[in-house]
Order: sequence, then C-alpha cells, then structure tokens
Amino acid sequence: MTLHPLWIKQKKFDQKPNFNLKLPGIPMAVKDLFCTKNIKTTAGSKILNNFVPTYESTVTENIWNEGAILLGKLNCDEFAMGSSNETSFFGNVQNPIDKNLVPGGSSGGSASAVAGQLTPVTIGTDTGGSIRQPASFTGIVGLKPTYGSCSRYGIVAFASSLDQAGPMAQNVKDCALLHEVISSYDPKDSTSIDFKRNHYSQELTNNIKGKKIGIPKEYRVDGMPKEIEDLWQKGIQYIKDCGAETIDISLPNTSYALPTYYIVAPAEASSNLARYDGVKYGFRAKGENLIDMYEKTRSEGFGAEVQRRIMIGTYVLSSGYYDAYYLKAQKVRKLIKNDFDEAYKKVDAILTPSTPSSAFKIGEKTNDPVSMYLNDIFTVPVNLAGLPGISIPAGHDSKDYPLGLQIIGKAFDEQNILNIAYAMEEKINFKNKITDWWIK
Amino acid sequence: MSIDLKTIKHISKLARISVDEQRAKKLAGDLNSIFDFIEKLNELKTDNVEPLTSIAETTLKLRSDEVKSKNIREQIIKNSPQENEDYFVVPKVIE
Repeated sequence: MTLHPLWIKQKKFDQKPNFNLKLPGIPMAVKDLFCTKNIKTTAGSKILNNFVPTYESTVTENIWNEGAILLGKLNCDEFAMGSSNETSFFGNVQNPIDKNLVPGGSSGGSASAVAGQLTPVTIGTDTGGSIRQPASFTGIVGLKPTYGSCSRYGIVAFASSLDQAGPMAQNVKDCALLHEVISSYDPKDSTSIDFKRNHYSQELTNNIKGKKIGIPKEYRVDGMPKEIEDLWQKGIQYIKDCGAETIDISLPNTSYALPTYYIVAPAEASSNLARYDGVKYGFRAKGENLIDMYEKTRSEGFGAEVQRRIMIGTYVLSSGYYDAYYLKAQKVRKLIKNDFDEAYKKVDAILTPSTPSSAFKIGEKTNDPVSMYLNDIFTVPVNLAGLPGISIPAGHDSKDYPLGLQIIGKAFDEQNILNIAYAMEEKINFKNKITDWWIK
Repeated sequence: MSIDLKTIKHISKLARISVDEQRAKKLAGDLNSIFDFIEKLNELKTDNVEPLTSIAETTLKLRSDEVKSKNIREQIIKNSPQENEDYFVVPKVIE
C-alpha cells in the first residue's frame, strides 16, 4: 500500500512543523474549479466527471507552497454558471444557515464550507458575483480581486475577461492573509499583471480616517426590500463612525451592467467551452459519426444552464448578430468602466449592498433564469470594470438570514478595501446564527 | 424580437449541441425572455464609444520562444476518453 502524497505531507508537518510559512499545516478545501494535480477536478459538470488534471493551478500551488494541505474539493455551480449552486451535476449545496436555503453561487460549496466551519478558509472564483453573493448569503467575508491579480492558470475557464479567483474567510484578517498568498504575477497567464503587491495581512489597519466613500444612488433599485436599504444606511453610519466620510455619487449606467454581462459572459463561455468535444478528455457519448459524437457528447455532458448560456453566446457571436449584440455590449462595458473612473476622481472606495435580497429557498428561482440573474445586479458591474470588491457580513434580515455589504475599490487597491472592511467589521460585530443542523 | 424554433435549431447546430423538439421549445422560451431583458441596451446611444476589448490595459509581454514542457505525451493523452497509448481516437471520419 502506498500512502497518498497529501497524507505524507500531513505526517511530515506533524513531525516537523514549519511555522515560518503563512499557512502552516492548515487543512483547506477548495472549489472544484481549480485543477489539482492527480486529483479529480469536475467543475460540477458531468462532462468533466472523470477528469484528473496532470498539473496544478497556480493559485492552489501558491497555497500548498505556504504549507496548507488539501482537505477536499468543494461543489460549485456547473462551470461556475449559477447564483444558487443548483446547477451542479452532483446536486445542490445547502446553506448552513438553514437546510432549505441556497448558499448562493457559484462558489456555494466554498461559502457553505467556511460558514459551517468545515474548512478554516477557502478560495472561490468570481465572474459576476460568484464569491461575493454566496459570501453574503452565508454570513462570511469574500474578496473578488482586481482582474489580473490572481493567475487564471489551471482554473476551469468560464468567461476569461471576467474570471478571478479570490479568498473566502470567516473574517477580514484571514481573507487578507489568504489574498496575500494567492495574488502573484504568473507568466503562465497572459492576463496576469506584474504590479507591486502589498503584504495585505501585515499592512491591514482599521484606521480609515479621512477616507472618502462613495454612495451610488443607482444601487437603490426598484423593488429592493426595505431591509436592504436599512442595512445600507447602517453601513453608511459605520463608515462615519470609523472617521471616514461618505459622498453621494452617480454611476449612471449601472442598470445596463446585467444585460451587458449576459452578452459578454455567455459569448466568452461559448468559445471557452468549445473544447469539450469528447475527443481529448472528459465524457464522450457514442455517436454514429464524428459530428454526431460531438453533438451527443455536449448534449448529454452539459446541464441545462450551461447549454442555455452556450446557446446565448453562440447566437450573439453568430453571423449578422455580432455587431448588434457583442460589439454593443463591449461599448456599454466601456461606459460602465468610465462611470467608475469618473467616480474615483472624487472617492477612494464605494459602498453598496452585496445583493438585492437575502438567501432564497432551494427551487424558488430555478424556472426563471432572468430572476436568477438579477441576484448579481450589484456585483456584476465590478467584474465588467475589472475592479476589486469585497463582501462582508453586516447584519440579519427579519428571518435571521445574513446580509452583506460590498466595498468596491480602485484597480489594484485591495489593501484599501480590506482596511475599510476591517474597520467596519469591528463596528458591526457580526455573529453568524448557525445551528449545526447537519450534525443533529 | 423573437427567436423561433428554426433559429434554435440553427444555433444548436453551430454550438454542436443536439436538442430534441421539447428541449428546443423550452430553449426558445428561455432565450426570448433573456433577450427581452438584453434589449434594454438599445436605449443607449453608443455610436462614438470605443468598445472595451481588454480590461487590463497592458500590452502582452513577450518571452523567448523556448520549449518548456518536453516529453509529456503520456500526460496529454492520459485523460482521453478512448484508450490508446499513442493517439487520440475518434469515430471514423473518412469513408
């Protein structure tokens, strides 16, 4: 019998621990979107059900190099496409707050595992809100870094101009430490950016006196529950209590962000997912000829939501529609980025709610794709503009479900939003209400 | 605008995903509601706006053209769905 390499690593740590590393002996489960060498990586899809990578993602490599040990792989929406973790081939994820609630998505397994204290910290990926929305739904902290901060090498691709990996933790300090470990320049990802990275955990401070925080009026959307508005007002008060200043700002094109996202992300996905053809790896269905094999493999291998997005993407990129949809979306994306650039001439960061509601019931939105997509209304603009955003737990609604606030920063200004989150966390003093129902 | 069954069949052909009649109807309904939502973008005038094609406003880095991964054939074909130690195997293409 040979011992598993992870077991050997654990034994070695037990015998001779090295506490000079940043994550010494820390067991850590990670989202099953990160390729782990010689360990099955499925992206929550049937089409990758038998895929065993022969290489390691850069982000997880960075984590293991700092002494952490892989504890397991965490369920997620299929190819990270979803806002409730109900699209996974392996079944839905439950929220530790209440077994009938979704944990959000797509990093729902990651969020639930941290909230339920099954892993001390973890990583997720965020294309349109997939770290921040589940963090908000489960009462934890989640950071979506600036585009180009964390290498995309070895992460199963969804929408390459939007995808970013980021830390999820029970508090801001852990989040800062894990971000410090995973953020690195990587020549293996051509969009990785070589900039001077902070020692985020060491430089963390709750002194945010004099900072200017923007409050964008367009985030006050129709039909938003009063509880969310109240939470936001409380957040503004916390900011003031910390000695920072709030300033009303306008991000006029906010309402166009979601329609833009639902062109750009599916277009990129349809291109990225063209690789799943049953030839080189993954699931293969039997076909009468090559084309028939392709079509059956993709029809049987992809779930309904993934097929829907590939179809949208194929349509908007198809001959005769490219200018009307894809080019149009790229132009609106520019306007959305301009909005932020303009705002950041006046403010250092922006405060918004993380989501327009608290966690919803399993099955509640599965038949209405548009209402599901609306979950990401406050998170999607940040991805389109490539900015960093952090969600921190900030209170509970009347049902005792957690609610989050989002702090959006300037590009590469993670330290600043971590500091603001750290200062607010102290004032908020949030306690997650979890009853360990899965043990009883 | 309206996406009909014929269009769904056409897109599914392009996307190489076979869909039966029932699934095509469901997809047509879903896509129509999604595109109704997307049509909101037409409210915006964008004639003079430059499209955003890359969020990282940097030029790609150059590197020397060196082979870094050698002799990894075994790794490359390790996950192929039909086992053959030397090649990827697909259904017959030439009659």
